[in-house]
Amino acid sequence: MELGSEEGLGISSEDYDSLIATTDVELLKRAWRNEKASPEILQFQTSLVQRSREQIQLMEDTVEEFPKNCTDPLTVSLYQMDLDRMLFVLRSYLRTRLQKIEKYFIHISKSDLWNRLSDQEQKFAKKCTDYMEKHLQRSVLSHLPYGYQSILRQSISSEEDDMVPEPRLDTFVFCKSKGSVGAFQLDDSGDEIVDLVADDLYVLRYKSIKSLVESGQIDLV
Amino acid sequence: MAGQSDPHLSLFSAAEVEFLAEDEMVEIVPNMKMDALNFICGDYGPFYPQLTTEVPLWLAVALKKRGKCTVRLPQWMSVEKLTQVLEAERDSPREFQPLPFHYVEISRLMFDHARDDIPDMYMVRSLIEDIRNVRFHKVETGLETISARTHAVKLKNLSAMEVNIVRPFVVRTLQAFYKHDSPQMIQHPDGTANRQPQVADRGPRRDLRRR
Repeated sequence: MELGSEEGLGISSEDYDSLIATTDVELLKRAWRNEKASPEILQFQTSLVQRSREQIQLMEDTVEEFPKNCTDPLTVSLYQMDLDRMLFVLRSYLRTRLQKIEKYFIHISKSDLWNRLSDQEQKFAKKCTDYMEKHLQRSVLSHLPYGYQSILRQSISSEEDDMVPEPRLDTFVFCKSKGSVGAFQLDDSGDEIVDLVADDLYVLRYKSIKSLVESGQIDLV
Repeated sequence: MAGQSDPHLSLFSAAEVEFLAEDEMVEIVPNMKMDALNFICGDYGPFYPQLTTEVPLWLAVALKKRGKCTVRLPQWMSVEKLTQVLEAERDSPREFQPLPFHYVEISRLMFDHARDDIPDMYMVRSLIEDIRNVRFHKVETGLETISARTHAVKLKNLSAMEVNIVRPFVVRTLQAFYKHDSPQMIQHPDGTANRQPQVADRGPRRDLRRR
C-alpha cells in the first residue's frame, strides 16, 4: 500500500496502522471469506498462503517437540487446536477456489482470470479442461450431427462461445465496509449512488463493488 | 470435510459462522498457573490464578471445559444492557441496534459451555431470543419493501448469523426482481434511457436456438 495515495483511497493513518497490525491469520480469514462469498475467483494470495504454510510448518515442528520437553498435555492440546484452526481456514480457502475452477474452468482459461490462479491451480484447470473435453467428445459430441460438435458452441451458427458457464457477476452479495469508502455509483447510468461509511452493511450487486473488493476496501460477509 | 458448506445452498454453514465467532475476544479468570501461549493467531497469557486476562472465545471454551477458568460475561450480555437493547429494538422499527457482529454465536457458546458463569441465565437467554425475534421480524417486513427499483439494501448492524440466514431469501428476491425488471422480459412503452445500460450489463443472452 502506498502512503502517498492515502487520500485518494480514503485511507486514514488510523486504518493504515490497523492494516499493519493485522496478523496473517486475520488476512487469511478475510481472503477465505471473500473467496467464499464472491461469485468469481479472486486473485490468489500467493505470499499470504506461502507465509501461512511456513507458520503452520513451524508450529507443527514445535508441537512435535513438546512431548520431549515434558510440556503438560493441556498446553499441547491447546497448541494443537490453534494449529487445527489455521489448517482449516487454509484448506477451506484452497478448496473453495478449486470448486470455482471446476465449475468455470473454460471461462477462466479464456479470460484474464487465468492470471489470478496459482501455478498449481493453473495445472489443475488445464487437466480439468483436458479430461472434460475428452470425456464429452467420447460420450456425446462425437455422436451428434456435424455442426453441433463443439464443446463451446451450441451450433456452428453461433457467433460466439455460448455454452461456457460463467459466474454471475450481477448477483447480489452482502458486504461490509471497513473504513469510510465514500459515495460511489451503483450502475453505469449513475443515478444510483450509495455512500458507504465505516461498518455499513449492504446488499449490493457484486459487479458494482467488484473493484472495492479487489482493492480490499470492503469485505464480503 | 466436516463443516465445509455446500456452496450451492448457502455460502457459509452455521458451523463456519460459529468458527469465525470463536475468534472474538472474551475475558477469563483462570484458576491455575500456565505459561504464555504463543499461537499462530497471537500470544496469550501468561495465566495466573484470579488474574483476569483476554483470550479468544475458543480458548476460553477449551479451558472452561477442563475446569481451568471462569468466563467473564461480556458487558453487552448483562440483563440491564440487553433490556435496553430490546427496548430500543422495539422502538425503532427501521433500524437494528448495534450488537457484536457475532452476538448470536457468542451467546450460544456461552450458554452451552459457561452457563454457571452467567448470573440470571434464563433471563439473559430469553432476552437474546426476544431480540433475535424482533430483529428477524424487521428483516421480514424489510423484504416486503424490496421492489424492482431496489439496487441496494442497507442492513446496518445486522449480525453474521442473521446475514447467513436471510441471505438466500434476500439474494433470490433481488435477483428475481432484477431479472423480471429486465427490458428483455417486459416491453417498456417508454424505453427510458436509464434502462439501456442495464441491458448491456447483463451480458449476452443464451437462448436455445430453434430450428
